[in-house]
Amino acid sequence: MTSAPSNGPSDSDSSGTAPCTFPGNLSTLAVHAGEDRQKPTHSLTDPIVCASTYSFANTQAVIDYIRNKERRGEYGRYGSPNEWAVEKKLAALEGGEEAIVYASGMAAIVGLLMAKLSAGDEVVFFDECYHRSREFCTKHLSRYGVVTHQVRACDYDAMERAIGPKTKLLVSESPTNPHLSVVDLERFAGLGRKHGVDTLIDATLATPYNLRPLAFGVDYVLHSATKYLGGHNDLLAGAIIGSAAKLQEVRKLRGILGGINSAHNLYLLERGLKTFELRMERHNRNGQAVAEFLANHPRVEKVLYPGLPTHPGHELAKRQMRGFGGLITFMVKDADWRATADVVDRARIARIAPSLGGVESLIEQPLVMSYFEVPVEDRKRFGIPDNMIRLACGIEDTQDLIDDLAQALQG
Amino acid sequence: MSGERHAFRTRAIHVGNERDPATGAIVPPIHVASTFVLPGAGEPSEFDYSRTGTPTRQRLETTVASLEGGCGALAYASGMAATHGAMLLLKHGDHVIAGTDIYGGTYRLLHKVLVSSGISVTLADTRSPEALEAARRPETKLLWLESPGNPLLSITDLAPCVAWAHQHGMLVGVDNTFASPVLTRPLELGADIVMHSATKYLGGHSDALGGILVVRDPELHRRLHYLQNAVGNVLGPWDSYLIQRGIKTLELRVREQCRTAQRLAEFLASHPRIERTLYPGLPQHPGHDIATRQMDGGYGAMISFEVAGDFAAAKRVVEGTELFQLAVSLGAVESLIEQPASMSHASYDRADRLKHGIRDSLVRLSVGLEAFEDLRDDLDQALRKI
Ligand SMILES: Cc1ncc(COP(=O)(O)O)c(C=O)c1O
Ligand SMILES: Cc1ncc(COP(=O)(O)O)c(C=O)c1O
Repeated sequence: MTSAPSNGPSDSDSSGTAPCTFPGNLSTLAVHAGEDRQKPTHSLTDPIVCASTYSFANTQAVIDYIRNKERRGEYGRYGSPNEWAVEKKLAALEGGEEAIVYASGMAAIVGLLMAKLSAGDEVVFFDECYHRSREFCTKHLSRYGVVTHQVRACDYDAMERAIGPKTKLLVSESPTNPHLSVVDLERFAGLGRKHGVDTLIDATLATPYNLRPLAFGVDYVLHSATKYLGGHNDLLAGAIIGSAAKLQEVRKLRGILGGINSAHNLYLLERGLKTFELRMERHNRNGQAVAEFLANHPRVEKVLYPGLPTHPGHELAKRQMRGFGGLITFMVKDADWRATADVVDRARIARIAPSLGGVESLIEQPLVMSYFEVPVEDRKRFGIPDNMIRLACGIEDTQDLIDDLAQALQG
Repeated sequence: MSGERHAFRTRAIHVGNERDPATGAIVPPIHVASTFVLPGAGEPSEFDYSRTGTPTRQRLETTVASLEGGCGALAYASGMAATHGAMLLLKHGDHVIAGTDIYGGTYRLLHKVLVSSGISVTLADTRSPEALEAARRPETKLLWLESPGNPLLSITDLAPCVAWAHQHGMLVGVDNTFASPVLTRPLELGADIVMHSATKYLGGHSDALGGILVVRDPELHRRLHYLQNAVGNVLGPWDSYLIQRGIKTLELRVREQCRTAQRLAEFLASHPRIERTLYPGLPQHPGHDIATRQMDGGYGAMISFEVAGDFAAAKRVVEGTELFQLAVSLGAVESLIEQPASMSHASYDRADRLKHGIRDSLVRLSVGLEAFEDLRDDLDQALRKI
């Protein structure tokens, strides 16, 4: 990495090259941040500490621990050495004060919402989002007396109108899943500041390589670390990054709800993060090249990818992001659901599976994978046409991916 | 996915990683079973006992065989176990020629262990056809090569060595650890056996020991497998998994590490506190032209240099870095630094070291994935401590 990443807020007079807000170079942080330089037994890599509980030398040590609130192992649900290492690494990569790691992205979302919202509170979110996040808000938060307002993605006026005296949190993804809409983080964070409401961005699709929401004044960044952060399709994890003050209650609640990770899982996540920069560079490159290929393909009706000049959020994305990731959504021309499924079925490199962000490319038809039992009018409302395909580019050779899609589209 | 038509990088991810038919899992399960239930007494089965083979080890072997262009591979508990696995082909009375610039552990295996089985060894400068010819005996059965060499980064022109050895009925083994299959694929140059310390670039994360042999000839594979099963120095399932996971980013890592190493070598070559920088990517390196031909788009991520000073000066440098950690081994995401005279080659006596060109002032770097600027600044501040 040689140049400062342009993924902080842009100075009004600069030409889009934002100040480097990293305390070090990203790749160096990915390898080293969060780890003690000298480890127990001097091993180069962190040991996997599987203990469910931690012992004290004597009663006085217990009392000292309770009084001084020093960070050490007590009981596994409250934290572990492997967790601290990953949390510090993620906080460093994101440029945040603190990170909390969860058993999955959903556990992280739920953990934050449960910690921040009480009966009578209201939450406003942009409607393009991971369908389970929406489902938790509309079906479950409501059971606890929390009111959810959904407004159209990127309609900032609608969001502002929905903010009332009881509103506690504004939520969005950026880019959104699966539509890849780009949220103007300055405006979004500005709305929160103006009305004294916290803001949360699920930046799973962007990752801190491409976007650093905290630098725009967003309060919480959320990741499904299952995706790019872990990067190898072999673990589930989630994370929230923000200020220590705002996260204090969130961490306490996690200790009660118990959505923590095993030490093995955390080790794999830490290991995955070591190649984070390289993988992201490659995901970005594959995403851009494949999106351009698809945009010029006669059998493709439309491509949603923020890196394409035709994308409505392209200018904003260029200002706000360093690259555009590996996820591409496209519509097959004159295809019904079956003809679209045939394209998916013909792919030989990308495998049919939900998820994204791993080294292996994945392909799916949102209608079938996530919205199969959703009524057609709701699918319309959420913008899920029958001929939509979501492709998560891995880090395979670019030309291999393009050749494979070419034959899949050819039929 | 047979994947023969796919690029290296695509094969590294997919060959040997086919979806699990039993569960659909995108990443194949880790099979930890030590034994397998048989269909019937005396009936053959793909797997029976895990020393002979396991699905997890076999997947790794399939991947590496594809990357090296071999017909099959065998995974061992460590690089040394793999080298020993190849040497088990030898018998009492046989003779081996190995390079002078080889890994110290291989030197030790040949000189201190195999000798007691009546196997003799001659070290020769494998860059010189005359030296090779002078070392040859009628009973020479194996030529063992390493390029780039360790720790002097000497470059051996593999193809002519292989041709010469085959002409005289020898098998040729190449320790390809330093180059990795990203840069050099010795089987394509005619070698019979490729060996890797998978502990290094293949695994790539300093967290697994392993070794691999890859061959072109199914009969040789069968023989080596027989010996491996008989001796039992196999790779366990957890390490097989971690190494296989590492291989998915192998090409990205190695290419990036090469790019950073090239820039660091250029920086070091013009540094006032450094007498000599040994890196095949520098035009003044004697093996530069051969390396350009033999190594695919990069010169590796190992650099050695001699500081302007004595043993103590080099010691101060290796102890004075912050990002480069003081440790033996190499090939991982973390950058490492060491002084061969006091660490990796301390088992040679000093006179022997000097004979092999390993001076007290020599420092060896393994360049990791950190940013070039950070590594350069770190070396610069350490060199100022001389
Ligand atoms: C944008 C986004 N947020 C959250 C999640 C939920 O994360 P997880 O599957 O790790 O629970 C996902 C993925 O499934 C996602 O794509
Ligand atoms: C070139 C080379 N060959 C072989 C080995 C031995 O491998 P291992 O340490 O995995 O036994 C090493 C590593 O130390 C090495 O650097």
